[in-house]
Amino acid sequence: MKIYVSSVVDAPAERVWDRVRDFNGLPKWHPIVADSRIEGNQPADKVGCVRSFHTRDGGLIRERLLALSDYDYSCAYAILESPMGVSNYMAVIRLVPVTDGNRTFCEWTAEFDCDPAREAELRELIGQGVFKAGFDALKRQFPKT
Amino acid sequence: MVAIMRSAVIDAPIEAVWRVLRDFNSHHLWHPQVAASEIEESLPSDQPGCVRRFRLRDGAELREQLIALSDRDFSFTYCILDSPIPLLDYVATVRLRPVTDGGRTFWEWRSTFRTPPGREDELAGLVGRDIYDAGFAALGAFLGRGGGARPRAAAGAVQPASHADAIESEAIVVRDHGGPEVLVAEQVRVAAPGPGEVRLRQTAIGVNYLDVYLRAGPNGLLIPPATPGVEGAGEVMEVGEGVSHILPGDRVAYACLPVGSYAALRTMPAHQLVVLPPAIDDETAAAAMLKGMTAEYLLHRTHRVQRGDIVLVHAAAGGVGLLLCQWAKHIGATVIGTVSTPDKARLARDAGCDYPIVAPLAEFAPQVKDITRGHGADVVYDGIGKASFAGSFEALALRGHLVLYGHATGMPDPISHATLAEKSATVTRPVLFHYTAAPEDLRDMARNLFRMIESGALRVSINQRFPLRQAADAHRELEARRTTGSTILLP
Repeated sequence: MKIYVSSVVDAPAERVWDRVRDFNGLPKWHPIVADSRIEGNQPADKVGCVRSFHTRDGGLIRERLLALSDYDYSCAYAILESPMGVSNYMAVIRLVPVTDGNRTFCEWTAEFDCDPAREAELRELIGQGVFKAGFDALKRQFPKT
Repeated sequence: MVAIMRSAVIDAPIEAVWRVLRDFNSHHLWHPQVAASEIEESLPSDQPGCVRRFRLRDGAELREQLIALSDRDFSFTYCILDSPIPLLDYVATVRLRPVTDGGRTFWEWRSTFRTPPGREDELAGLVGRDIYDAGFAALGAFLGRGGGARPRAAAGAVQPASHADAIESEAIVVRDHGGPEVLVAEQVRVAAPGPGEVRLRQTAIGVNYLDVYLRAGPNGLLIPPATPGVEGAGEVMEVGEGVSHILPGDRVAYACLPVGSYAALRTMPAHQLVVLPPAIDDETAAAAMLKGMTAEYLLHRTHRVQRGDIVLVHAAAGGVGLLLCQWAKHIGATVIGTVSTPDKARLARDAGCDYPIVAPLAEFAPQVKDITRGHGADVVYDGIGKASFAGSFEALALRGHLVLYGHATGMPDPISHATLAEKSATVTRPVLFHYTAAPEDLRDMARNLFRMIESGALRVSINQRFPLRQAADAHRELEARRTTGSTILLP
């Protein structure tokens, strides 16, 4: 299944990207992430590195960085391990400048397989609980000037 | 090479923005720089390859060619062919994305081009500011003030119903199954649209033989007291929560269940509504949706009629019959039709029927064999049922397909496998609503139908019009086989 969430943050794309591009930086901006480290002491922007983080409710998630583009302001990653019960999970977060008003259009897309009976639950959990919650947090962190 | 990227957020749902933008011939309606626009060679404006000729406010003329259009990505790409402004190798792409947070639309407009040396900044400013930025503002204003085909449309994400109350209006109500006399006009209360619904002000209502079946005797689809009718057209008054592909002010049409179209106003599910293109008027839509989409799926989906096929159409001068004849002829088939009178034979012939047969319902098969030199019909479209079915089977070619799409004279007797084996025959009993169940199929079918009507290849003959309150008279005429073409009711 596929999930798509998008929003507009009232700050220039370079500034939003500065925060989002740090693959080890989720605890700095995402409210549901408690801690994060990069496995094997690798740089957080080395494509292929693995981040291991805990959500605030204690779940452990491991994700591999698949692509990072400072040209497109985009970052793709896959879940290696999580308590969510998803497989073949791949997500992309991407920013696009809104030239009208110097703001940022942000989109977050995930594709994965799951038990069909859990689709609605996971759509809510990931779409609202993770993606929208993340964008809402960015909107708070970059308030309208 | 100069590369430009401009982007904005439009405060309207992506469907509303895309509906305007995807029309390559719409810029003069909303863009302040464009005074007039037309597509060359009368090509459809959504056919990549088509060329639009613009006249700008300052009198300059330019030609631009659509080179890609994607309803999946909400994007289109075009290039400049001729322009008095020196934009060389100019290629531009417009792409929309939904802003799920707030039901808005992100709009990106990019281009690359070359200019004469030294004029890069000047022309980049012209394109980025005067064309793109001005376009964002103008389209936002156009949608906000409800311009063009989209009156009062798209100011916000979801338009909740503005009249929360039920409205009293006239409708036909069947209180018991029976003859045409059970179709009685009453005042009814039409509720405000709930989630997923719209309230329509109907302007024309289609009358179909299906309505007669459902009126006459007990069935699962019309359970009294109820308003009959499955086809209509009109204007959207309000939309309920969660409806985004239709907006207040849209002209729409439908052919769908549940029943309830014999009414001046009606509240109904939104997912089966199709937005009408400007060239299709409300009466034509009300007359053609059910019969035209029936013809569409019968000729393209139930059986794929090919050039050279021999097609037999019963009731060839009836509503569906006339459309089947015209469309099958347009495809290149040989069309044989059965009719009940010489007058109807003339009508069928005018519609492209090569061989109209005037014969009682059971006695046409020998003539079909004669006309086809013993081959028979590759496909038979039979909406008559019991009275014609045996003859239809007899008229069928080897490996032919008998499509029983209605049963005006009753359900035919069962057919045995042994009988089918005599000709390796296929018999199907298709139902329109199974073909239109998926909204993408419905829109695809409607698009094909509208295109055929717009091009003139399909003429929709509305030969009987009745005021809504005289629905009973309309049924009497239909049952007496005195009608030709389509019959509509006018609220």
